[in-house]
Amino acid sequence: MHLEEFAEGASLLHRLDPRVKFITLMAFILLTAVVKGLGLPLYALAVSTVLVAVARLPLRKLVNRLAVVNIFVLLLWIFIPFSYPGKELFSLGPLTVSQEGLLYVLSITMKTNAIVLATIAILGTSEIFSLAHALVHLRMPEKLVHLFFFFYRYISVLHEEYIKLKRAMTVRCFTPGTNMHTYRSFAYLVGMLLVRSYERSQRIYQAMLCRGFDGRFPLIRHFALTGKDIIFCILMVSLTVSMAMLVLL
Amino acid sequence: MIKVKNLNFIYPNGKAVFKGIDFSLKKGEKVGLVGPNGSGKTTLFHLIMGLLTPSMGEIRIFGKPRNKESDFKEVRRRIGLLFQDSDDQLFCPTVEEDIAFGPLNLGKSAEEVRDIVSETCELLGLKGLEKQVTYRLSGGEKRLVALATVFAMRPECYLLDEPTTGLDEETTERIIKFLTEHADTYVIISHDHELIERVCDKVYRLNGGRLERVDKISLDKK
Ligand SMILES: Nc1ncnc2c1ncn2[C@@H]1O[C@H](COP(=O)(O)OP(=O)(O)OP(=O)(O)O)[C@@H](O)[C@H]1O
Ligand SMILES: [Mg+2]
Repeated sequence: MHLEEFAEGASLLHRLDPRVKFITLMAFILLTAVVKGLGLPLYALAVSTVLVAVARLPLRKLVNRLAVVNIFVLLLWIFIPFSYPGKELFSLGPLTVSQEGLLYVLSITMKTNAIVLATIAILGTSEIFSLAHALVHLRMPEKLVHLFFFFYRYISVLHEEYIKLKRAMTVRCFTPGTNMHTYRSFAYLVGMLLVRSYERSQRIYQAMLCRGFDGRFPLIRHFALTGKDIIFCILMVSLTVSMAMLVLL
Repeated sequence: MIKVKNLNFIYPNGKAVFKGIDFSLKKGEKVGLVGPNGSGKTTLFHLIMGLLTPSMGEIRIFGKPRNKESDFKEVRRRIGLLFQDSDDQLFCPTVEEDIAFGPLNLGKSAEEVRDIVSETCELLGLKGLEKQVTYRLSGGEKRLVALATVFAMRPECYLLDEPTTGLDEETTERIIKFLTEHADTYVIISHDHELIERVCDKVYRLNGGRLERVDKISLDKK
């Protein structure tokens, strides 16, 4: 795994200014989250699908990500149709399924997928580092940005250590079973993972201190808006605004 | 033992490491593998152990093609890999447990394992370190323990990725002694030409994605 698997590519979306991406995406997400009914969520889903197509994302990885999200959505499908008050559609034993409930989960499903797809297509196509930079430029509190950036950095460290430890076990013929040896080995794996990730992060931090880190990242690369960014911005904003207009109608 | 044909590997980020390499290792051969940093030596070892999957080409080990994860189970029982970075190798809290890990996986009984551990420690001069915590060892000690964990499985063939980097002369001698007395087939990656001179019969150089046989004598000139 690496967390930036969608960031590799050269599509239009990969080359956009991350500041524009953040602003347009926020507006889109906010609106998608509040709309009701079926028509507008469908509209949002269509917009997201087009974005995914423009970003030319690898389909298989995308499906994997969506599957994870939809596991949670599935839980909603189990509970909401039975508990939402409304016109009875049919009943399963003592449980009744309401029409409103069914439409409600359907709407949630479409909205969730629309938001996730748009986020992957727009933010996933930038590297974390440039996203963090964009956030600083957008006047987000630096502390929060650092938190976000280090969180990402250390998740990667943790994952790298995990991969190493797993490899160390594989080359020495470890096959999991139900015995003490297996349990102990897994316990060692987890323990070592924590100890070593902690030590690695300490070393990274020390190395940063040695190079004069004082809690701030100086910004070297500055973003410059180009024609593409402006066109994308206008396009996304008008799509979002048209959605808002439809809500008001 | 190992036969690799027209092998190619591309990292997920699109970096192609080889331009089709052929390599073979017979029983009893002692081979040195040299090449500049980043030429793909470590990658080749990882491909042979099935930690990476080739994008093209064929790997035959012990006379059978090895493609799937399950094919490599046997390979890992019979070939021992020493990682370039000892931290990649060690993961149990104590030295003793780390050395015991491999033999236990091979299904050895507790007594056999105890014998193997003490014999291995004896051989590599690790007596007294058995109860030490692995991640607090010095770099050289870690190297020896890592070698011990590989040797404890008594593989038929060793793949050693820079076994002596960062070691003092005495420890290097200990490793050379170990190789000449206890290992019969191996491939050693090293930038130490003197070491290769002393323990290898045959040398290959990996450069620009190609693998070629070179004379031992020409090593020092380059
Ligand atoms: N995980 C990875 N992802 C992408 N590229 C990698 C990865 N690991 C190695 N590479 C690249 O593959 C090439 C070969 O790496 P490899 O580690 O096999 O070199 P090496 O010959 O062992 O070098 P050294 O003598 O420095 O140990 C290098 O150019 C490296 O940048
Ligand atoms: Mg290497």
